[in-house]
Amino acid sequence: MAKVDWPAADKRSLIGKHISRTDGPVKATGAAKYSYDINRPGMLWAKVVTSPHAHAEVVSIDTTAAAAIPGVEAVWHDETLKEVVYVGHIVAAVAARTEEIAQEAIRQVKVQYKVLPHQVVDNNPSLAAGNPAERKAGNVEEALSKADVVVSGEYGIPVITHCCLEAHGEVNEVKGDEMLVWPSTQAVSGYGNQNLAQGGGVAQNKIRVDCQHMGGGFGSKFNFELAPGAKPIAAILSKKTGKPVKLMLDRDLELAIAGNRPSAFAKIKVGASKDGTVTAFDAETWSTGGQGGAFNSGIMPYPLTKVPNVRIIGKRIITNRGGQRAWRAPNHPQACLLTMSALADTAAQLKMDELEFFLHNAALTDRPEVYREELRIAADMLGYKAKAHLRGDPKAGAGPVKRGIGIAIHTWGGLGHNSECDVTISGDGSVEAKIGTQDLGVGTRTCIAQVVGETLGLSLDGVKVEIGKNSPYPPSNGSGGSTTIGGISVSSRKAATDALNALLAVVAPKMGVAADALEAAEGKIRQIEKPHVAMSWNEACALLGKEQITKRGVNVPAESRTAKLIDANVGGVQMADVSVDIETGVVTLNEMVAVQDCGLIVNMKLCESQVYGALIMGVAYGLYEECIYDAKTGRMVNADMEFYRLAGLKDVGKLKVHLMTGPAYESRGIIGIGEPPAISPGAALSNAVANACGVRVPNLPLTPDRVIAALQKGGIA
Amino acid sequence: MKAFEYATPSTLDEATAQLASSWGETEVLAGGTDLVTALKQEITSPKRVVSLKNISALKGIKASANSVNVGAMTTLAELAADKAIKEHFPSLVTAVHNIGSQQIISVGTVGGDLCQRPRCWYFRNGYGILAKQGDASLVPDGDNRYHAIFGNDGPAKFVSASSLGPALIALGASIKVAGPKRKTRTVPAGEFFRAPKADNERETVLLPNEIVTDIQIPIRGLKNATYEVRHRFGLDWPYVAAAVAFQNKGGTVSDVRVVLGHVAPAPWASSGAAKALDGAKVDDVSAAKAGQAATQGAKPLSGNGYKVQMVRTAVKRAILAAAGAA
Repeated sequence: MAKVDWPAADKRSLIGKHISRTDGPVKATGAAKYSYDINRPGMLWAKVVTSPHAHAEVVSIDTTAAAAIPGVEAVWHDETLKEVVYVGHIVAAVAARTEEIAQEAIRQVKVQYKVLPHQVVDNNPSLAAGNPAERKAGNVEEALSKADVVVSGEYGIPVITHCCLEAHGEVNEVKGDEMLVWPSTQAVSGYGNQNLAQGGGVAQNKIRVDCQHMGGGFGSKFNFELAPGAKPIAAILSKKTGKPVKLMLDRDLELAIAGNRPSAFAKIKVGASKDGTVTAFDAETWSTGGQGGAFNSGIMPYPLTKVPNVRIIGKRIITNRGGQRAWRAPNHPQACLLTMSALADTAAQLKMDELEFFLHNAALTDRPEVYREELRIAADMLGYKAKAHLRGDPKAGAGPVKRGIGIAIHTWGGLGHNSECDVTISGDGSVEAKIGTQDLGVGTRTCIAQVVGETLGLSLDGVKVEIGKNSPYPPSNGSGGSTTIGGISVSSRKAATDALNALLAVVAPKMGVAADALEAAEGKIRQIEKPHVAMSWNEACALLGKEQITKRGVNVPAESRTAKLIDANVGGVQMADVSVDIETGVVTLNEMVAVQDCGLIVNMKLCESQVYGALIMGVAYGLYEECIYDAKTGRMVNADMEFYRLAGLKDVGKLKVHLMTGPAYESRGIIGIGEPPAISPGAALSNAVANACGVRVPNLPLTPDRVIAALQKGGIA
Repeated sequence: MKAFEYATPSTLDEATAQLASSWGETEVLAGGTDLVTALKQEITSPKRVVSLKNISALKGIKASANSVNVGAMTTLAELAADKAIKEHFPSLVTAVHNIGSQQIISVGTVGGDLCQRPRCWYFRNGYGILAKQGDASLVPDGDNRYHAIFGNDGPAKFVSASSLGPALIALGASIKVAGPKRKTRTVPAGEFFRAPKADNERETVLLPNEIVTDIQIPIRGLKNATYEVRHRFGLDWPYVAAAVAFQNKGGTVSDVRVVLGHVAPAPWASSGAAKALDGAKVDDVSAAKAGQAATQGAKPLSGNGYKVQMVRTAVKRAILAAAGAA
């Protein structure tokens, strides 16, 4: 009997290897179809009408003129909407024969507003509302009063947005009692929810979702809502017209309304003893997530869970900004920036080497030895010893360009989610794996083929993988929380193992041995003890005749964790080496290293790519990104790709990735990688800038204006 | 974008005849890298767009012993690759390369660079070139981090977006303009840009039915360079730009021009910086002095005081680069 346990390192043919994603060629050639590329016969184009006011009562909506335009087939407005609470709030939509007609029609929808006062400022704690969240441990006041050193600082990280390359949206086709929908989503099996069904007037089990490729979600694409709370507009318009409808957000709306990562600002006091041990952490934080939600500062001091004396007060500022959505490791990048800044400032105050400080305080984390090992590896990769200096040290550079290194550490869960997979083996030797999961561009498709191929002793192209559709594909959870790789790997492993065992039961009598004596390897079914006694895969499958073997594998997370197929909780260390031009305030990233553990790695190349991508995303929010709101008009003034800056290839410096391998890590099973490496970059960059130029630039992003302001305040520029 | 009539004249006469005599009724299309965005943003919705792509007279670069003549429809890539430009006007080459986007450099034109509209986010969000809500400018109390620190006491607070303007002014270029009925005029580059005083005015001295035809740059042996303070290496706008040009003979400099970009509604000629450098030997000290002088008269708004420091640095570094000392 083939077993479900992951094969030992010397037995792996596909798992753990550097393998390019199987859908690379169709993406590179443009053959891959994204939601925007889907065009259905007779399809209509939809556009949304949005509020120009940050806060207003909706007095009336007159759609007569819009509906009268030739080519306009349906106009919808939200009859339940009495109040708009941010600029860009969707109030109505039209569907027309061309995009141009739709664009013209939304101009003709007359909405009367009664403008109400608005509030978009989020960096002033006196604007906080409601009772703050509070978390206490030990006695922080006493510990601070007894500490050898107390360091106070204010830090902040602004609201940013996901900026998915592919905007939110879908093509929706309500056809009789069925709904066909081609969305850009992170949750293929969960997309067809009750609200969507209701919008299209179909039964929930009649929704057919198809998402083969998608261009980024990062936590913002779990359902049909173009903006948090938005109605199923494309479904409504398709139902109304009886025609397929394409509705995708334009770039400006994508940036302004499709979801925000909450800001986080804090006043922090750290108490430490002379040897660097952190004894107390006292923080007051404030944040906005728009109308609801905000940064959860309860996870600070992050990830130093064992600091004995802690007080965290978390305040929330309600703003007339677009709503919040999960952003790659919700709360963690903010908690990391705030905590790591305060810790590095403490090390600087103690005149203690930052690496020594973190090695020492790793004792206060849940996994001290992992962090220490990773810190040492990262230091070696960066050449830390030769480059490091204390903050304000002349070693930073004699001219206007100062160089420095910053460190940050992070953690994340990443336990594989609920997932089911069907593997079918046919008489002609073909193998098919079906899962109602999605590939966010990370290589999920490839990893399924690897796991099934590994299990059946086949090469990657011997396995056909079908994903991106809900029913009748077996259900698999949405891709959030770095849970997909664990989920799909176990479900596909189990399905393939069961299917193989069924095949071995058929083959064994023909080979004159018990099924237990057989294994699948190198495209053959062979005797374990006498590998030269073998039957080719195709010969073996031919014994099935017209029969097929289909087996379903199910991942039950807790059981799989006990069985060490998957696990949760990872540690990561990142170090940044930057140059700061103190005459211009310009920060340049020279090099960044990331050291990360994530259990057993399914695909080394794709796993590394995840980390590279996270670093690039992190450099973007560390150096460039922020949603800039104008207080008076309440508008996000940089809802474009011009002043909502992302990092380009030339901006990201040299990136180096090291993934922890070996029995101690691999025996834990598979753990997700998507989120953890996106947590530390901002903090590592901020600490590096402080180390380089001698002063803390308190707020991200580390733009020249902020650097100059900090230098001038510090008396340096 | 609203529907418009699209005209593709093949001569200048036809083109100017198709242009209206008031702004906004018609627009001129060159490379389109700015106009197409503006049409999509509906900050202009003309009845007719007049494309210049078929007018061969507007293309090409001609060099003589005394000057280089650049047709307005010359692309930025062609300008930066031209032998005479590279030999005599490195400040222009740097300005082009700094745009950072190969797509814009390949498609954008010299005339288009001079006539592009400002990037002020209030303007781009529909509040007009003077960024007004009601009668008041949104800029002084709003987010003005990218706005003007010079010349901002009038109604215009934005910064000129032209990449080539500062260098062309420093080099003493002149801009040839054609209007209806073959009327032409020549405008010194230093007089081409202006700060509008009303919403229906534009940022240059062009009349609504005039077209930039070519730019004449004198060859006078000036040392010249552009330095931009930029954060991103790819497509991005500089925070501050400085273009300088001067004679550097016998160890001292003369005929100095220092022109700043992205600090005022029009490229900002700093006579103070020029005076500070005039007659000096170029070194770190004299360049820094000129940089300091360039900041005289700056009136930062609430959020752009950092630009003063950048002006100081950009001018110093441009001078050192021009003298080959950087």
